[in-house]
Amino acid sequence: MDRFVDLTLNGAANGAVYAALALSLVIIYQATRVVNFAQPALALIAVYIAYSVSGLTGRYWLGFAAALLAGLLMGALTERLLIRSVHDRSPLSAVIVTLGLLLVLQGAAGMIWTNEPHSFPYPMDFRGRFSASDAFALVSVGTAAALVFALYRFTPLGLRMRAAAHRPEAARVAGVRVGLMLTTGWALASAIGALAAMLAVPPFVSPNVLDAVFVYGITAAVVGGLDNPFGALAGGVLVGLGLSYVSGYAGPELAPLACLAILVAVLSARPAGLFAAPSARKV
Amino acid sequence: MPEPALLRIEGLTADYGAVRALSGVSMAFEKGRVHAVLGANGAGKTTLLRAIGGLHPVAAGRVLLRGDDVTRMPVEQRVRHGIAHVPEGGGIIVELTVAENIRLGALWRRRSERPAALAAAFDLFPPLAERRARPAATLSGGERQMLAIGRALAARPEVLLLDEPSLGLAPRVTRQIMLLLRRLCDSADMAVVLVEQNARGALAVSDRGSVLAQGEVVAAAAPGELLADDRMRHAYLGF
Repeated sequence: MDRFVDLTLNGAANGAVYAALALSLVIIYQATRVVNFAQPALALIAVYIAYSVSGLTGRYWLGFAAALLAGLLMGALTERLLIRSVHDRSPLSAVIVTLGLLLVLQGAAGMIWTNEPHSFPYPMDFRGRFSASDAFALVSVGTAAALVFALYRFTPLGLRMRAAAHRPEAARVAGVRVGLMLTTGWALASAIGALAAMLAVPPFVSPNVLDAVFVYGITAAVVGGLDNPFGALAGGVLVGLGLSYVSGYAGPELAPLACLAILVAVLSARPAGLFAAPSARKV
Repeated sequence: MPEPALLRIEGLTADYGAVRALSGVSMAFEKGRVHAVLGANGAGKTTLLRAIGGLHPVAAGRVLLRGDDVTRMPVEQRVRHGIAHVPEGGGIIVELTVAENIRLGALWRRRSERPAALAAAFDLFPPLAERRARPAATLSGGERQMLAIGRALAARPEVLLLDEPSLGLAPRVTRQIMLLLRRLCDSADMAVVLVEQNARGALAVSDRGSVLAQGEVVAAAAPGELLADDRMRHAYLGF
């Protein structure tokens, strides 16, 4: 029983990270119908910037803030400089652009910071069954998700962003600057991706450190329904718990297989994801 | 001395793919007037409205608002300059609630004016007030058209462009919408440009009518004259 509690707590903390990554993918998918495969690379660069800033100043939290800010800026620049130029073509063009960006950024990270793993500290104590850093992961992702929800639901900016995401032309006719809203969405998503990476990376950072985490994150997004932010969060927790039980009871080497099994099981039962919204009637 | 036109288009030319949809169309729209734009399917009515609203690129010619050239201005900026467009089908956002759709239209107005804009729309359309918290997808066709007009009015426009507001509506609802447009035009001192397939219904509330055929203006006159011209009615207006 003790073991079950341990695995549950640990799975929830990991799940928070997958949930944040999934949320960052869903925000962009909702607005542009693009799965942003460059997300782990953008987040990776943000973590490396945090590594450098923390190293230079000796302050972890300065690096943490720098990572979020870097995520914000890189997301906005990616949309403005790369995605917008292929926006009028099929969504596949944009997906290929994000794949290209993934390779370029991972390569660049290796060139700037070398391919050797650098030690990257936890912000707080990580030992014990439910450590301070586990709690921090849950609380920070929970807060970020609540802020995103409040932004979308209660602010004029959020209303504009939803309008632009759902019906770009109708939004423009209502006076919304759709391009600006898409840039804002990418910036927001990429900042959340940076947060996820800051939680996922310790204790070592290297160019491929986020690959496995991203696979779990994208699984969470697809399982929850690419169209639904709440689905992303639930999917993250589900994948986190599932993988934790499998690694704990059957061995960690089975985790990737379990991830695939979850994906296949969910998609066979509900092809659009567990929490996909019923598709709205088009007028 | 007649007042200068609020909105004027000069030699407007636009293409739809490889087809010339409008060639050299000139019209003037005045405050407090409903101007019906009529014609058969494919005559260029919708393209004309989309070009004025900024949704369709203009190949040649100009759109002048209060004498200022707005031909190249993006759609969202035209809204701020007083041109509101209700596209075919209403252009409402069915995923948002009724109230959110109207608030969206009022967003660029001052924060203090937004609640009044919302209240005014609900006063005008009581059925919308009852359904304010529901997704717009749940509205009937007539209610959607009300919402589209309410959303456009929330921006307090000087020019209201309407594309086939009667499309898919019962005759009784159509008549209500047409009478409402007349009333709004008189009370809010707007210029209303009404594109319609339903020529008889549109002319009944209009001050002037223009008839388009194959992208060109073939007639422009008072409604009475257009209705009296049998040849015109049979050839272009379909009744």
